[in-house]
Amino acid sequence: MTPDIRSALPSETSEGTQELAQRQDTAPAELEREVGAVLRIPEGAVLDASDLDVEHPDDETMIINMGPQHPSTHGVLRLMMELDGETVLRTKPIIGYLHTGMEKTGEELTFQQGSTNVTRMDYLSPLTNELVFSLATEKLLGIELPPRAVWIRMLLAELQRMSSHLMWLATNGMDVGSTTMMIFGFRERELVLAFFEKTTGVRMNHNFIRPGGTAADLPDGWEDDVEVILDNVSVRLGDYDELLTGQPIFRERMEGVGSLSAEEALALSATGPILRSTGIPWDLRRTMPYLAYDQVEFDVIIGTYGDNFDRYAIRLNEIRESIRILEQVLDNMPPGDYRVQDKKVTPPPRARIDESMEALIHHFKIFTEGFKVPEGEVYVAVESPRGELGCYLVSDGSSKPYRMHIRAPSFVNLQSLPVMMHGGLVADAVATISSVDPVMGEVDR
Amino acid sequence: MGARAPRRHPAGDAALTTEAAPPETPPSAPLLPDVARTASLDGAEILFPQRARYHEVVAAHRHAGFEMLADLTAVDYLVHHGRALPTGVAPERFELVANLLSIDQRRRVRIRLQVPESDPVVASLWDLYRGAEAMEREVYDMYGIAFTGHPDLTRILMPEDWEGHPLRKDFGVGRVPVQFKEAPGPR
Repeated sequence: MTPDIRSALPSETSEGTQELAQRQDTAPAELEREVGAVLRIPEGAVLDASDLDVEHPDDETMIINMGPQHPSTHGVLRLMMELDGETVLRTKPIIGYLHTGMEKTGEELTFQQGSTNVTRMDYLSPLTNELVFSLATEKLLGIELPPRAVWIRMLLAELQRMSSHLMWLATNGMDVGSTTMMIFGFRERELVLAFFEKTTGVRMNHNFIRPGGTAADLPDGWEDDVEVILDNVSVRLGDYDELLTGQPIFRERMEGVGSLSAEEALALSATGPILRSTGIPWDLRRTMPYLAYDQVEFDVIIGTYGDNFDRYAIRLNEIRESIRILEQVLDNMPPGDYRVQDKKVTPPPRARIDESMEALIHHFKIFTEGFKVPEGEVYVAVESPRGELGCYLVSDGSSKPYRMHIRAPSFVNLQSLPVMMHGGLVADAVATISSVDPVMGEVDR
Repeated sequence: MGARAPRRHPAGDAALTTEAAPPETPPSAPLLPDVARTASLDGAEILFPQRARYHEVVAAHRHAGFEMLADLTAVDYLVHHGRALPTGVAPERFELVANLLSIDQRRRVRIRLQVPESDPVVASLWDLYRGAEAMEREVYDMYGIAFTGHPDLTRILMPEDWEGHPLRKDFGVGRVPVQFKEAPGPR
């Protein structure tokens, strides 16, 4: 007699309430999301919850699990989907697999050390995270940066946007079946990362943009390096157009898939390329300028249909706009200091430490205690490649932030995924996840 | 492949131009003048409503053109006494911070709500902004502030069986033992 193997298996594999529940166990309010009722409630026209169960009885639908180890979920994103045949009805993103308490860690580190922490959140655009943290700290300190520091930051932020979008093009190409695009995207991104390595010393997690300016000046001959990047990328963007934009198979897979309306995008707090793909010209670089974005010319790229193809086209053309901005940065880079000469914030130059006792003490104090930041609270937002990246900083007057909250665009944008996926095919799910461009380090923080 | 029907912006084609119109002058009469308010370093207006009026204040902004809930978070002021608050606002342990954004007016408003430790319950904004869903779950997970009217108030980042709320100030930072040195107690 063979033992019943089933008795050895756990009967219940469910982890509990975070998962997508069966229909009868789901609150009516949550079920309404399935019918795309994102906008109905504010008008007071509440959907009759009893209507919802009629169409899809439980025995005709199936709840399947995707991730967190699925290669196309861009990290440890786990999705539970309710399927009716091949049609996706409900989707629930389940996150937290990469949660490391970075906001808590941020409260333990000084403002001086804080940028090493935030840079690890969105690991595809680390410099943007450093930028928003530094801008928030500087706002609390009330210091004004020298123009060269501002323009260096803008140069790096735009190169970062370029590398992040190139990476997205690569993975998105992979997700819809174009291995060539993956190789292309990584190849061009490598050019940018090589420049970062030369400038900051590392390819990722730079800790280069710091409160008070940048860690160092740009290396000699940086203009030539940037020009080489721009020349190469602008030529190769044409290759991408040839490879993907005009290609019928690619268009079939992207057009009309995962569409979102402008009202839905606003209601779901979606920002970045997702919001712009629905036709709303909202780009913080233009609408609430920071750094020197009000002194350069560029266009805000918007879409019409809010579908995957629009999001692809927006990211592709944003690289072109970044090239335009970078050309102006090359022409207009002002001379001068790369960090503020405020003794409170900036350590003395290395050479001074050898000859002056005071400089040595000063250096020691800044790196052991950090600098004190006046009491107050501030919210600063920048346009990261993924959307509005905000930093809410509260200081109690000490050298550590009392509270450091990062408004992560990927975290918020993930909420629009169930609405995009509803009514689509499960085969398109991968392309739609990709078009949201979630970075799990930032989602889970 | 679905039908590729254009979904138009409610404001029509004028809203689709990339060269957006210059920001309109902010409305001269402030919304809800009886709510305590201050100005922030970052140029946003900060409102301090009473807890009973929180939902009403946000709803008034929602209808006055603040289309988006940009951010929602909380702060635990357990060990930071004497923060600056306008007169008439009694400090409590928790503070809920909601950032509203108006796309048309290019303006931000921040709503800071005092939430007492003894009764950390707040009305959910989910019926006004669907985007509040994940953010309120995060605040619930990290601070233990409950939201009435939220459709699915579960932990979002921490495991379901986790005890405590990590971003509270009385939740210690964990340490990991290393060789020759066991894990010291929390700071």
